[in-house]
Amino acid sequence: MADNGFQLSAEHIEQALEQWLEVEFTFLHVAELAASIAVLPRPDQDFLLGWVQRIATTNIQIANQFAHHAITGLAQLDHHVIGAWALHAMDTYDRAGLRPAIKAIKDLDNFVQLAHERVAGVLFEEVGGILLTFICGLSGRRLKLKEGETVHTDSETLFLPAVVARMQRADDNFALAKAMAAFLWAQTRFGTFRADLPAALAAYPEPERALRHFHALETLRLDACIGRELPGLFREMTRLRAELGEIQSLPKAWQRYSQELAVADATVFDSLRLLEDAYRGEAPSPVCYQGELRPDAVALVMSARKEREKILLRVKLAQLAQELRKQKPESPAGPPRFETRRAPEDQAGLERLELTLDDMPIAPPEEVRQLLTSIQLDLGEIPPEYLTPADPGEYDPGLYEAKHADPDDVWQGTYHEEGATFYPEWDFGRQHYRKNWCVMREKDVPPVYDEFVSDTLRKHSGLVKHLRRTFEALRDENRLLKREPSGDEVDIDALVEALADARDGSEMSDRLFMRTQRSERNIAVMFMVDMSGSTKGWINDAERESLILLCEALETLGDRYAIYGFSGITRKRCELYRIKRIDEAYDDEVKARISGIRPQEYTRMGFAVRHLTHLLNEVEARTKLLITLSDGKPDDYHDGYRGKYGIEDTRKALQEAQRGGIHPFCVTIDQEARDYLPHLYGAVNYTVVDEVRKLPLKITEIYRRLTLN
Amino acid sequence: MQARALAPEEHFVEAEPYYEATGDEIAIFEAAYRNKLPVLLKGPTGCGKTRFMEYMAWRIRRPLITVSCHDDLTASDLVGRFLVKGGETVWVDGPLARSVRAGAICYLDEIVEARKDTMVVIHPLADDRRVLPMEKLGTLLEANQDFCLAISYNPGYQSVLKDLKQSTRQRFVALEFDYPAADLERKIVAKESGVGDALAEKLVKFAHMTRNLKGSGLEEGASTRLLVHAAKLIASGVEPVSACRSAIAQAITDDGEMLAAMRELSSSLF
Repeated sequence: MADNGFQLSAEHIEQALEQWLEVEFTFLHVAELAASIAVLPRPDQDFLLGWVQRIATTNIQIANQFAHHAITGLAQLDHHVIGAWALHAMDTYDRAGLRPAIKAIKDLDNFVQLAHERVAGVLFEEVGGILLTFICGLSGRRLKLKEGETVHTDSETLFLPAVVARMQRADDNFALAKAMAAFLWAQTRFGTFRADLPAALAAYPEPERALRHFHALETLRLDACIGRELPGLFREMTRLRAELGEIQSLPKAWQRYSQELAVADATVFDSLRLLEDAYRGEAPSPVCYQGELRPDAVALVMSARKEREKILLRVKLAQLAQELRKQKPESPAGPPRFETRRAPEDQAGLERLELTLDDMPIAPPEEVRQLLTSIQLDLGEIPPEYLTPADPGEYDPGLYEAKHADPDDVWQGTYHEEGATFYPEWDFGRQHYRKNWCVMREKDVPPVYDEFVSDTLRKHSGLVKHLRRTFEALRDENRLLKREPSGDEVDIDALVEALADARDGSEMSDRLFMRTQRSERNIAVMFMVDMSGSTKGWINDAERESLILLCEALETLGDRYAIYGFSGITRKRCELYRIKRIDEAYDDEVKARISGIRPQEYTRMGFAVRHLTHLLNEVEARTKLLITLSDGKPDDYHDGYRGKYGIEDTRKALQEAQRGGIHPFCVTIDQEARDYLPHLYGAVNYTVVDEVRKLPLKITEIYRRLTLN
Repeated sequence: MQARALAPEEHFVEAEPYYEATGDEIAIFEAAYRNKLPVLLKGPTGCGKTRFMEYMAWRIRRPLITVSCHDDLTASDLVGRFLVKGGETVWVDGPLARSVRAGAICYLDEIVEARKDTMVVIHPLADDRRVLPMEKLGTLLEANQDFCLAISYNPGYQSVLKDLKQSTRQRFVALEFDYPAADLERKIVAKESGVGDALAEKLVKFAHMTRNLKGSGLEEGASTRLLVHAAKLIASGVEPVSACRSAIAQAITDDGEMLAAMRELSSSLF
């Protein structure tokens, strides 16, 4: 390939690099770099330079470092993995800043442990969804799955690395990732953390060494558990170990441990007992899927959970007892008495407990059942004090109910992200999403009870009447179809005609029935209203008037609709203002909220489209519309949202909406909108209203045309 | 066996269908039948409601007329309609009218799927009047003393539109069905398909895994019926993992990621 005529020359590469890395200002030396890229084959050149250009839009230093390290990386890894590594570095930059990102770039070797040549790794991003479902399907506590630096669990979340690339082939790497997840699941399911590990290990002179030996013993025990419970998976795990050359015969003493731990009723306490003996010898080397044990992290999460679940269970049982006793007035006096019994049969291997109230078996709700499972996993049983229903007022509800920090605090100096939802944003330069980039909150518009609504209705009284008439004509109706080949009723007219025809000797029609056909308008609409600062003044008035008229029309029509305003300043303060939820009635409060719409900050749009798409996706309707009322381009203060970035992000968000079966449409008063709206919404899905005052008149007509069937 | 054409009211269940009782449902059904009370069967799909009806029809020796309700099923589809034959209009009884006349068991499967107007014709049959109003003929049809009405309903669909109205449900004796307990389900799968106990147990375990996923991406877990299908495939030499995919996973979802996860679950078991 080296003498391939299509190869890029060093000068050419150097020019490109100078431009992307802004050498004029950064004084980076790119000549050497360009020379070493010049000798690569053309596909590698294109790949590498493509990424350098993409990363440079995020940060030039990272791009420079990437270019240097990727040249060596290319010899070992396939393009897929290098791309993931570059994205990982940029995510790190988004999350933690430049230094950690540079470190992530330099850590290529750590990123892909033990690389072979041209490894085809699997990325957490791609397999995380499948593995989470896989873990959910296994019995036990509901676990979460996250990307982490190392393979470990805190007993509620399983952490897997960003890339698994120890094996040569992609499907083997997937199998390995699955084995890791299953092994961590086994730790929570078969009670590795039921013992007080930090205390037990601290008793040894070298706790580190004790942990290593204990982990090896537990691996033997859990392997046996998985072998019994999931033989297919265990076969695969053994195969992976064999391929990595990890199957060696155990030392004599360890063979004995292995036998002792392989029996069905061996527990973590057996492992701890054997540790006393095993501590003296050498531990076998770790296996590929065992990851790390973090007893401290587990202890932290677990003590919080035990306390929380005890309170929750007792509170829930008190509620349950109250409900059940209400249904059965003849139940015994005195405090309700809950007990658990071993159920006669085993289900899915996990011992099932039957809950009884005053000796009568009851079917606990799903929530209580999960609590019982989780407590049983932590403690091995349900202690009697957990089953005493809580007295009213015994616990502060703040202890078990989720706390809500005031979303307005972020504007008053104490920034927090509690109660916020995170949305990704599309970075067109990077050609990838920035994860968890927008911090979105829903807020209510403070209702203003004034004359605005009645004034508007009076001002447009003629129009309102006209609207009611035209929209009534669009309503659901039952139509009677005549002369149908089948139906509920005989069409007498058709029959008489047909009989006459038959008498006549001509062919008799078979279309003799009548049938009623229901035409259903099954539409849900989301109105997304621009509440940016630029709408101040008469645009705001026109928007509010339009909303009032729209509501009047939609109430006549019976379509389901919601209204949300959007605004915000920087990615940290993206706000959506609830004006009317989809299931909310059009009442005085909604009217007062419409009246209370006031211009806020900037026009960041992507997060609003994404969140409203999410809300709309939860509604069941045949047709879903997302209608934006806006006065200009997407725009935000400071973090580069202005211009192409904002337009591309909004376009991406709208594409996501369309993929979910939502039809986006935009009504704008921006006279220059024809320059960018076709790119955002497509050639026909927008309307420019040329006079602000006409907006209220136009918008209802636009809506009528849009939903005509 | 040769295909036979039978009038619906002549369809007697001749051989004893295989049915494992999970509680006292047989006794309750018989008592309800003796007292001329209609019966409502609740439960997820494929847990044995239809099989139970066949079994009861065999036990009480009455013909069984099953109507699978769909959203275009109207009252006239049940009661009957005029058809034009050779220049004359002729009345033809619908399945409900046939069972009322012949004293059969009329089983309306998935009743909530039917149009709302069908409830109107069921109501007078389902209380102590036991009559079927035949509006188009202008007559009331009194039920044969052996007639029995049974309907089924799946409360798992959490749609407001598909809920049974109080005025309907309060006319029936309700029998609740659920997936059988693990041991019993294993026995059923083994008996229905002829696979060994060990394999049946693994299949049941797989079913429990899919039932764990209900609510996190699946509408329903695998039913006993699907387990039997998978077991039959395995008994005919299909690989267990492929059988689980074709007979169970593909049958309950189209979602690619969910299918992949279920494949991993089944391959972990076998």
